[in-house]
Amino acid sequence: METCPSVKNILLLDSEGKRIAVKYYSDDWPTNNAKEAFEKAVFNKTQKTNARTEAEITMLENNILVYKFVQDLYFYVTGGEDENEIILAAVLQGFFDAVGILLRGNVDKREALENLDLILLCIDEIVDGGIILETDANSIATKVASNSVDAGAPLSEQTISQALATAREHLARSLLK
Amino acid sequence: MAQPFLKKDDDRDDEAEYSPFLGIEKGAVLQDARVFNDPQLDARRCSQVITKLLYLLNQGETFTKIEATEVFFSVTKLFQSKDIGLRRMVYLMIKELSPCADEVIIVTSSLMKDMNSRTDMYRANAIRVLCRITDGTLLTQIERYLKQAIVDKNPVVASAALVSGIHLLQTNPEIVKRWSNEVQEAVQSRAALVQFHALALLHQIRQNDRLAVSKLVTSLTKGTVRSPLAQCLLIRYTSQVIRESGVNTQSGDRPFYDYLEGCLRHKAEMVIFEAARAITELSGVTTRELTPAITVLQLFLSSSKPVLRFAAVRTLNKVAMSHPMAVTNCNIDMESLISDQNRSIATLAITTLLKTGNESSVDRLMKQITNFMSDIADEFKIVVVEAIRSLCLKFPLKYRSLMNFLSNILREEGGFEYKKAIVDSIVILIRDIPDAKESGLLHLCEFIEDCEFTYLSTQILHFLGNEGPKTSDPSKYIRYIYNRVILENATVRASAVSTLAKFGAMIDSLKPRIFILLRRCLFDNDDEVRDRATLYLNTLGGDGSVVETDKDVKEFLFGSLDIPLTNMETSLKNYIQNPSEEPFEINSVPREVKSQPLAEKKAPGKKPTGLGTPLTGPTPVGDTYERLLSSIPEFASFGKLFKSSGPVELTEAETEYAVNVIKHIFDRHVVFQYNCSNTIPEQLLENVFVIVDASEAEEFSEVGSKPLKTLPYDTPGQTFVAFEKPEGFPSVGKFSNVLRFAVKEVDPSTGEAEDDGVEDEYQLEDFEVVAADYMVKVGVSNFRNAWESMGPDFERIDEYGLGPRESLAESVNAVISLLGMQPCEGTEVVPSNSRSHSCLLSGVYIGNVKVLVRLSFGIDASKEVAMKLAVRSEDENVSDAIHVIVAGG
Repeated sequence: METCPSVKNILLLDSEGKRIAVKYYSDDWPTNNAKEAFEKAVFNKTQKTNARTEAEITMLENNILVYKFVQDLYFYVTGGEDENEIILAAVLQGFFDAVGILLRGNVDKREALENLDLILLCIDEIVDGGIILETDANSIATKVASNSVDAGAPLSEQTISQALATAREHLARSLLK
Repeated sequence: MAQPFLKKDDDRDDEAEYSPFLGIEKGAVLQDARVFNDPQLDARRCSQVITKLLYLLNQGETFTKIEATEVFFSVTKLFQSKDIGLRRMVYLMIKELSPCADEVIIVTSSLMKDMNSRTDMYRANAIRVLCRITDGTLLTQIERYLKQAIVDKNPVVASAALVSGIHLLQTNPEIVKRWSNEVQEAVQSRAALVQFHALALLHQIRQNDRLAVSKLVTSLTKGTVRSPLAQCLLIRYTSQVIRESGVNTQSGDRPFYDYLEGCLRHKAEMVIFEAARAITELSGVTTRELTPAITVLQLFLSSSKPVLRFAAVRTLNKVAMSHPMAVTNCNIDMESLISDQNRSIATLAITTLLKTGNESSVDRLMKQITNFMSDIADEFKIVVVEAIRSLCLKFPLKYRSLMNFLSNILREEGGFEYKKAIVDSIVILIRDIPDAKESGLLHLCEFIEDCEFTYLSTQILHFLGNEGPKTSDPSKYIRYIYNRVILENATVRASAVSTLAKFGAMIDSLKPRIFILLRRCLFDNDDEVRDRATLYLNTLGGDGSVVETDKDVKEFLFGSLDIPLTNMETSLKNYIQNPSEEPFEINSVPREVKSQPLAEKKAPGKKPTGLGTPLTGPTPVGDTYERLLSSIPEFASFGKLFKSSGPVELTEAETEYAVNVIKHIFDRHVVFQYNCSNTIPEQLLENVFVIVDASEAEEFSEVGSKPLKTLPYDTPGQTFVAFEKPEGFPSVGKFSNVLRFAVKEVDPSTGEAEDDGVEDEYQLEDFEVVAADYMVKVGVSNFRNAWESMGPDFERIDEYGLGPRESLAESVNAVISLLGMQPCEGTEVVPSNSRSHSCLLSGVYIGNVKVLVRLSFGIDASKEVAMKLAVRSEDENVSDAIHVIVAGG
């Protein structure tokens, strides 16, 4: 318990339990098969719960699992059984909200895949090798977005009309494909 | 490549078909990666390709060594681009590829340039990448920059350097430790997260220096800690300091308790919770200390956030194990949590209530749980079943409603583990609550009528055979048992046959009917079933005459096999390998439990003496000793070897002559086997023997010895001394020893010894024969059964104060080794932080007297240990002797 709070993995799955982006920081799951088996167990255990308004929590294989769902995106953060649940929840909330900001409110699987680079950078900015780097969603999103071309104002401060404009642009793009 | 995008939703079908990664293929993406080599880099396109590569890796795709190297080299080309977004993707890619040392060199200069860039984002990320892939030699080159980065004005850069430091401390501690001045400065940073990371690193640097950690905690608990995460960290370090410093015994005050209590009023929930949890985990926490922590946890119980409710109920659940009374205040809030949407919370609430509940609330609680059980998963159900079992043991009068509950859930659907937990619980209740026996047995009988698990059926049949005949109306169970013979698979049928035989053996009036049933089993199509039926018919006298079953038969049917199965296996294998006309003799199987490999590792500092062979090679087991001793004519008449101790060293390591002794205990004799070895190449020892002074061992008198003719260099040999002692009596005493021998010089080149020897002697250390030497470790498979069947006739109970001890575990181990008995059912392991512990021991005392011991330990805040010792044995003198051993130890 004298150790630094740590995260064992961060998972972003879709509504069928398939991977969108995952990152493991612990050796508990050494192979890809072990990871997939864990994700399957996680998904089966949580898919029927309602984690859409508040983050939910459960134990799995002596780990604490906090999770939150939106649309067809399932966010998970796992920590050891002695970890402070509320710290893990803070990491989850940071991840969840940062993705929301980065995807400009269109938080669904398709948008997440379209912007997978942002999602991966986002995870990279939250936890480094299991140690929590940042839990504040605005800071995380700012760090990620400052890389993209339109690195002007922080995304969280975008106006509604701007957000709508980007949404429209996305829609147009998808129609043209 | 699997396609994870097959959506079934009709309304968004056309949309869902589209994914940027649809039909992605590794080969094609690797081809695409060639754009990295273009002289005119298209940053956007390159970013897309990297994203695709990362996507593949993320999906579990692996690159071969060649592919990875190729990708790595082309990615390094991208450092030429000035595009910020692309650079970030490059960093990510390098980390994912985790290049090998000679590849790292390629990117080092680029990354070092970025580390000193004016763009903060470059600096922070380059540090993290470089530290992730670097090795020790490179680290010394960049150390200077890292130290600067730790105190960088930009918090992101400082955090990056500090977090990298935490990782590097694992591999290059000596380098990171040199940064402690900078880290110390960073602890004072105004940026919340920098403080958090700096504190974590500083503590890890100093973690082995208790004084430094204590100073760190003292100064920070008085100062300001900005980030909630850092505050949580400080709480953890504080509890560590508290744990190591202990309570001030004069005032009863605990250092830093005020700080922890103050944190309960922090504005961040994570800090409040961390502090509350730390208080509940203080060793020897008092009710007064607990109260404020319980109060904040109680507030969390009614939070709208599931995470808070879970955290609180989980902590209170743990507190309820040691301080049930402290948690009762929360019972009303807990009860409302039974209907919580989150089943984990509901289960924890129920099990907490079961721990804190009182007798009057049991019925109401059971009603609530019954509704709840149908919609939770098996793993939660098992937790509930276990909690109910302990509740029932706590309130035996309530067995009726609890037993009914168990039998109801036994009838419902469920997996093996769940059913096993229920059956185990019922069996335990039957054993512990006599009134519950008959109803419990009937529930089990009904269960095996429709049980899909062979293992459970056989276990229940076995149990039924032992308990059923002792009930008021044993005949009513026969139907259930015989149904098994008709309906089940061969394994269950065989068990049912054994169970029938047990009824027949115990109840004479049932015998004729049992014989009829057993005879029917003679036509079974399975060998084992037929064999068992034949065996039992013969042993019970099924030839028609109804005779009283004699004691031997009962012993055969009910006695447990007191031979360790591994020993049995070894003996049987030996028997098969050396064909002999004689039948296998079960008494020839050694009963001593072989010491675990763990125990053998215990002797530290026992290095091989010089070039000589280590004295303690693989320790020969009992039967080898017996063969060795009986081959010596002087000792052949001593009879059966009772026990041989482990070797006791009589010399320091690295001395000229290494000697250890093994104590062989016979009924009327003790033989000391001195294993000697000579570590001087220039010497040959002749006529080696040990002179034993037994003046401090009055009951022993020397009856013979066997000297060792020669002891050449590097070839261990043995000399023996035998003593007589009162028959079957556990005599104790102290023996001092001197090694006597004649030394002859040896020419190392030729190996020839001189003719003339010089008499010499060598002082050895003393050793004792202690009471534990008369105890053989013999385990029992089921302690409770053995304890019950031993009966309370020669039970002796007494209490002892062991005084202040280091820890509970240390006291338990000390008593176990004092008695030299076999711990049963894993009870020698003391969970950390527990305040009390029960330990079960079994053994056979000299004279082949079975002994069982129940130890109950308790430790208080001042580390005073009290122990209650209950002995049962087949001989009251032996029971008394055990107490004498403990009282004397």
